[in-house]
Amino acid sequence: MTDPSTIERHSYDVLVVGAGGAGLRAAIAAHDAGAKVAIICKSLLGKAHTVMAEGGAAAAMGNVYSEDNWRVHFRDTMRGGKMLNHWRMAQLHAQEAPDRIHELEDWGALFDRTPDGLISQRDFGGHRYARLAHVGDRTGLELIRTLQQRAVALGIDVYMECTVTKLFQEGGRITGAFGYWRESGRFIVFEAPTVVLATGGIGKSYKVTSNSWEYTGDGHALALEAGASLVNMEFVQFHPTGMVWPPSVKGILVTESVRGDGGVLRNSEGRRFMFDYIPEFFKSETADNEAEADRWYDDKTNNRRPPELLPRDEVARAINAEVKAGRGSPHGGVFLDIASRRSAEYIQRRLPSMYHQFKELADVDITAEPMEVGPTCHYVMGGVAVDPDTEESTVTGLYAAGEVAGGMHGANRLGGNSLSDLLVFGRRAGIAAAAAATAAPSERVSISDDDVTAAADAALAPFERQGGENPYSVQQDLQDIMHRLVGIIRRADEMQQALSELEQLKERSAQLSVEGHRQYNPGWHLALDLHNMLRVSECIAKAALERTESRGGHTRDDYPATEDDWGTVNLHCVLDDDAVSVRRETLPEMPDELRELFEEK
Amino acid sequence: MGYDLNMKVWRGDESGGELTDYVVPVEEGEVVLDALHRLQATQAGDLAVRWNCKAGKCGSCSAEINGKPRLTCMTRLSVFEPGETVTVTPLRTFPVIRDLVTDVSYNYEKAKKVPPLSPEPRQADGTYRMQQEDVERGQEFRKCIECFLCQSVCHVIRDHEDNKEAFSGPRLFLRYAELEMHPLETKDHREAAKAEAGVGLCNITKCCTEVCPESIKITDNAIIPVKERVVDRSYDPLVWLGSKIFRRSADD
Ligand SMILES: Cc1cc2nc3c(=O)[nH]c(=O)nc-3n(C[C@H](O)[C@H](O)[C@H](O)COP(=O)(O)OP(=O)(O)OC[C@H]3O[C@@H](n4cnc5c(N)ncnc54)[C@H](O)[C@@H]3O)c2cc1C
Ligand code: SF4
Ligand code: SF4
Ligand code: FES
Repeated sequence: MTDPSTIERHSYDVLVVGAGGAGLRAAIAAHDAGAKVAIICKSLLGKAHTVMAEGGAAAAMGNVYSEDNWRVHFRDTMRGGKMLNHWRMAQLHAQEAPDRIHELEDWGALFDRTPDGLISQRDFGGHRYARLAHVGDRTGLELIRTLQQRAVALGIDVYMECTVTKLFQEGGRITGAFGYWRESGRFIVFEAPTVVLATGGIGKSYKVTSNSWEYTGDGHALALEAGASLVNMEFVQFHPTGMVWPPSVKGILVTESVRGDGGVLRNSEGRRFMFDYIPEFFKSETADNEAEADRWYDDKTNNRRPPELLPRDEVARAINAEVKAGRGSPHGGVFLDIASRRSAEYIQRRLPSMYHQFKELADVDITAEPMEVGPTCHYVMGGVAVDPDTEESTVTGLYAAGEVAGGMHGANRLGGNSLSDLLVFGRRAGIAAAAAATAAPSERVSISDDDVTAAADAALAPFERQGGENPYSVQQDLQDIMHRLVGIIRRADEMQQALSELEQLKERSAQLSVEGHRQYNPGWHLALDLHNMLRVSECIAKAALERTESRGGHTRDDYPATEDDWGTVNLHCVLDDDAVSVRRETLPEMPDELRELFEEK
Repeated sequence: MGYDLNMKVWRGDESGGELTDYVVPVEEGEVVLDALHRLQATQAGDLAVRWNCKAGKCGSCSAEINGKPRLTCMTRLSVFEPGETVTVTPLRTFPVIRDLVTDVSYNYEKAKKVPPLSPEPRQADGTYRMQQEDVERGQEFRKCIECFLCQSVCHVIRDHEDNKEAFSGPRLFLRYAELEMHPLETKDHREAAKAEAGVGLCNITKCCTEVCPESIKITDNAIIPVKERVVDRSYDPLVWLGSKIFRRSADD
């Protein structure tokens, strides 16, 4: 038993869990609104996933194509999401993204420029016009560094290498959070009337993934356990182009910018196979021959976009099908070729970190030979269901922004829409949380000693057990189950199988033991993270089983068609007696003036 | 083709520690971080290492490999001779927390001293106009992934704890250089670079540049120009003003 009076305690108006783009932007906004703010993150400051984003941030600034505006961006986002997005989030995102990008320049960001000195914008899949503000292929680094430096300059308190394992509540509203310092293993309690979850995604539950150890769905699980619902969890994005060889780098991302900048996909017969996979839904806007596709890079007005730039779900499925049909590359992917299409100088200038990554890790010179690529688990569209304007969940005082929040991207996210999402909704969450926290300071409730003791005991449980299983092997089995049975192509019997295997894993994970002591012990940290990974995996499998159609990031072998009836239904996962249950909700209705945007041509 | 790799890994904490021998099965194409992860998963569940991206983008996984500061995720095992023992130790310049994890808070404390950008006002249409050639210098510095390898290798602090107070180190000199060369900046940061960051203590050995995984020319492109400006300042403040006024604009 831990004595609660010995535990370090702090009190804040707004507690932001996560220091990626969403968390940092939320903290800056809450600080600017006058709140006392803290940021907590599992890694060192500046190392969150956002740092890895490559291609860019989507915003209809119209710097390259003056025809672009928020309505076009909104329409692209909704169509990319197969119309399942929350229309209001997609609207706010498209309207506010340009301002959010511009203000980064006030704080020191240096984006690549157009010839007349404006922020340059690049092409990406599913976006009608060149729209991604970028810095070579390291845009995420620019974004996180800019926000990090801003947050530091404002003097916001940062608790780094500190992991939250539990949210406290009283009378249905949030009162704070419990966590441990990774360095010492000591516990820490935060009292706060509002908590903004900005914890990112869940990709570590899959075997082949572009995501790091941090992506264990902590925020998703914390919200679920606090009583919030998770929406759209069946939609997991498999990015079409991850590295496939050598084995140790399998899954590491190859940015979509390679295709945006002219790269094409070929099978072992040398064919640009994407022409064989253009779906009805995108026929009118996709080129059906190579000549037109190649002209598009320079003349977008008179030509349709190449099929390599279809939304990610389409491209990932096509690659999967080519490999299955025996037309894959030697290591089980397909070829991504930019070497034969652009000069070495152009490639090195536009894609420096891809050049470096392949050279160093795979001995491949991408200016001279094609890359081998295949699908990799990349992003979760599903997340905490929130109010579009404030990002508050159904739990009072609990907010979510960034990848951990759901609704914005519907069934499939367009590339570049995440970085802008972080900024738009991070800021909104910070403002709303600050307003709520500072409006009624007297309503503050304290956290009971019993709750603190219970949270501490739960965290220490893996040390109490002797001779139990090692968390690494349970994690490996989980990744294998999700990859095999709830992966890119799904079937009812396989998902049922997955659910029963997940039940066994839950039992095994309740019996884990860890070696060593509490100081910087990754085995212990993983034992605690596994709990969250299992929760989230159960949500994904249950929601995926429930949705008997194929749409966006959810493809059913046994229900291959997209069904109109399902087009108005969102699935919400909630926790019922320690088990996940799924309920259907009708999609919010779009106002007429927005609906009209989909009727033209 | 897989083989058994002989490794020595430093295990311990602030109170002391030692190199521990391990034999780890490894595969073709793997990097040092893969071998460390396999150790964690099969032989040493509590082995402390930092990592995030595994692709040289986040700067978390720094350590000293056979005595050289490197990113463990970008160090291919194929660079070693067959049969060579690979020794991994924590960064020497920072206090050990546990195993390969060090206390890098020095860098974060120094970062708090760097002044924020004070940009000129936006244009009437709400934008800033900057030419690509004018942003490129700053972009080079902003490639920094904060791996702190340069900080670890710099002799001014590597074996001189007492210099840490007055000296911010090469990673931080990039920040001052960036401000000085930022096309929108309106303030002069030379005094801060000298007095607060201690750029004067650097004697241009270029060790930092040699280890930088982002190939940033820290010494030539950042430190030396800042040093020159610091010297200029004592003679002629107009030189600095001039460099600001005559920068390229969109119209020419
Ligand atoms: C390789 C790669 C390339 C990408 N490229 C692009 C791109 O070009 N354009 C684009 O728009 N999107 C891109 N994405 C997606 C985008 O980067 C992410 O979706 C986005 O960065 C997520 O940001 P976030 O702020 O939600 O979370 P993150 O940046 O992941 O931050 C999560 C934070 O939460 C913290 N955290 C998590 N759990 C806890 C806990 N229990 N306690 C305390 N702290 C916790 C973490 O430490 C971290 O600080 C890419 C993703 C990857 C992996
Ligand atoms: S050049 Fe200066 S900063 Fe770089 S290692 Fe040498 S003394 Fe240190
Ligand atoms: S300048 Fe280079 S070596 Fe130094 S911290 Fe940055 S990336 Fe690392
Ligand atoms: S793990 Fe990110 S740089 Fe090595």
